[in-house]
Amino acid sequence: MSVNFKVTAAPHIRGNESTRKIMGDVLIALCPAIIAAVILFGLRALMLCVISAAACVVFEALVCLALRRRMSVGDLSAVVTGVLLALCVPDSCPYWTLIAGDAFAIIVVKGLVGGLGQNVFNPALGGRALMMLFWPATITRAGSVEAISAFEFGSVDFVASATPMQTLSRGALPENSLLDMLLGNHGGTIGEVCILALLIGLAWLLYRRVISWRIPAAYVGAVAVLSLVFAEGDNALLWMLYNVMGGGVMLGAIFMATDYATSPSLPKAQIVYGIGCGVLTMIFRWGGNFPEGVTYAILIMNGLAWALDRALPVRRFGVMKGGAGK
Amino acid sequence: MKQLFGGGIHPDGHKDMSRGGAPVPVPAPETVCIPLRQHIGAACAPLVAVGDAVLMGQKIGDGEGRCSPVHATVSGTVTAIEEREIPGGERVQCVIIKNDGKDSPAPMTGHASWLSMSARDVAAIVRECGIVGMGGAAFPTDSKIASTAGKTGDVLINACECEPYITSDDTIMCTCPGDVIGGAKLLCRVLGANKSIIAVEDNKPEAIEALRKEAVDEPTVEIRVLPTRYPQGAKKQLILAVTGREVAPGARSGALFNVTTTANVYRAVMKGQPLLEKIVTVTGDGANEPKNMLVRIGTSFEEVLKAAGGIKEETKQVIAGGPMMGKGVSGLDVPVVKGTNAILCLTEECDAAADPVCIRCGKCVDVCPMYLQPLYLYRYALAEDREMLNEYFLNDCMECGCCSFVCPGKLPLTATFVKAKQLLKKGGR
Repeated sequence: MSVNFKVTAAPHIRGNESTRKIMGDVLIALCPAIIAAVILFGLRALMLCVISAAACVVFEALVCLALRRRMSVGDLSAVVTGVLLALCVPDSCPYWTLIAGDAFAIIVVKGLVGGLGQNVFNPALGGRALMMLFWPATITRAGSVEAISAFEFGSVDFVASATPMQTLSRGALPENSLLDMLLGNHGGTIGEVCILALLIGLAWLLYRRVISWRIPAAYVGAVAVLSLVFAEGDNALLWMLYNVMGGGVMLGAIFMATDYATSPSLPKAQIVYGIGCGVLTMIFRWGGNFPEGVTYAILIMNGLAWALDRALPVRRFGVMKGGAGK
Repeated sequence: MKQLFGGGIHPDGHKDMSRGGAPVPVPAPETVCIPLRQHIGAACAPLVAVGDAVLMGQKIGDGEGRCSPVHATVSGTVTAIEEREIPGGERVQCVIIKNDGKDSPAPMTGHASWLSMSARDVAAIVRECGIVGMGGAAFPTDSKIASTAGKTGDVLINACECEPYITSDDTIMCTCPGDVIGGAKLLCRVLGANKSIIAVEDNKPEAIEALRKEAVDEPTVEIRVLPTRYPQGAKKQLILAVTGREVAPGARSGALFNVTTTANVYRAVMKGQPLLEKIVTVTGDGANEPKNMLVRIGTSFEEVLKAAGGIKEETKQVIAGGPMMGKGVSGLDVPVVKGTNAILCLTEECDAAADPVCIRCGKCVDVCPMYLQPLYLYRYALAEDREMLNEYFLNDCMECGCCSFVCPGKLPLTATFVKAKQLLKKGGR
């Protein structure tokens, strides 16, 4: 038995966590929202998701080839980006603008800055921000009532109806019932409307320990408190509920703000970050030109994520609060 | 049960593989290799020369200062004193003894009347018998007795054995509970403590049962059952789990003894028996018949594995110790030393990813039992940024491996920290 074994550093076993598994769990968590979108908006919603995911995978592969990087398509993060971007556009969004958003997200926001884990800004929201800059109408007009063909590739004619966010920004409560808000029977982007589906996704992410409760709770909590305190109309509670369930807060708080690479990694910083997202969202809802402010709120907080991790005091083992040892 | 310290992981235990029954004695080998340093501290000087005849149990190496003597584990003739590799990869002076097969014993003097003994007396006996901490660090036990006598409220006996796969502490508790409880009583008395708390994880029900039976009517011994979680057996985590108190950075951890050490202290005092053999768990999916073996110190890994039924051809790594903190060995000619509690044979390699990517998931922060930030320490370590490594308390890292274990990007976190600590040591502040 004069064998020579390879000596590697401890630990000699690893858990079965992998990036691919985590991204897979995020995709599973997104399934209820995708299914709800198809039920609410028809086949076109599914087409948007599939086309966007496929485009992101292609762009990811191209980036890897061009920069001679290890092929990273298998980690599924590009698929997640593609689906997330599709979920935050309305069903009337032309495919080509979505693909342009995908290209910007994967190539510029993520790829050129170093790839997965190195990006400062959430790729999907970066892509969405670009689309809002160039083609704001395709992003913000929502609420088609006529069926749109899934195979209509150009710009789409549709009958616009006010989204709950647009009504809220005029200082009025939407006509939709709270149940409609929960189930998604109202205008908005294909993935943000069905709160129930998003909550099921959240439950999966928490159960699988992909994310902690901190960022979503701090985010939604901040929105709830601010909309309660600064409520318009005479029913503050209703005002708060519509503010929380309308628009992209839930989609943003559960799936966008919790993106690992672009949010803080330390527990305390995550709370501050979540509150920051909520506060900025409300400020942009009040003062912004768009009725909704989730995209820019999260993007700005993305920029602060690393700084927050660095800024908050570190607790050292054996050193109690107040500084003194023992 | 609620976990009692922060962070940590719950890997598959794999303890049933090797658990159960009395340890199987490994036949005394033809030659033994006794390293002159098997502990933290100064190496022993040899007390014998090539050609000398030695008796089993005879002291063959000793030294000044924090040093623990070593003994011949067979009777026979010294054939060489030379440098050999020991588990962990270090090369150390070793005494090679050719076994005459007679096991002619050196005289031993026991002290059954330990009740009247002082801590100093006990420390002297323990030192003479070469007892060191058997939980891994191999700190000379007499030093610990001397430094904690009269200064401790409770004595803590570490019976967690939180590393996966290993069941050697478990076996000693199941098969020799009397020695464990005796040692716990003895340490409590000579250190002037209120009681000894034996901390066992709840994945060892038989050991708990055996200890409880033995400790009935022992007011100075408490069996404390803890929820299983790695690394609960790390000293700071165990003290936190048992007392609720965090040991301050740099402070001494106090009267904390491994359970096998405790049993050996008892044997040393009662019978004058030096540390000649120990229970070694042979386990892992590469072992043909995982079980516990009773091994004389200085027996080669090869002979232990042969006696235990051999290993599979597919075995890719052999580890001295557990999978989390054990050290890989390159060949099987290394000897079992006082600190060897397991020989783990695994058929799978565990390399870091070729191109590891941190996705900033923060799982390493969640599991770090020392509240460190492995993801940032990793960056600073790669950048060799001494200032930031100090600011983020790299030296608090005890290399438990939890961060590497959970990392989905398969970053070589722990290994990088081991190297970075060397950097800090070399470069000073």
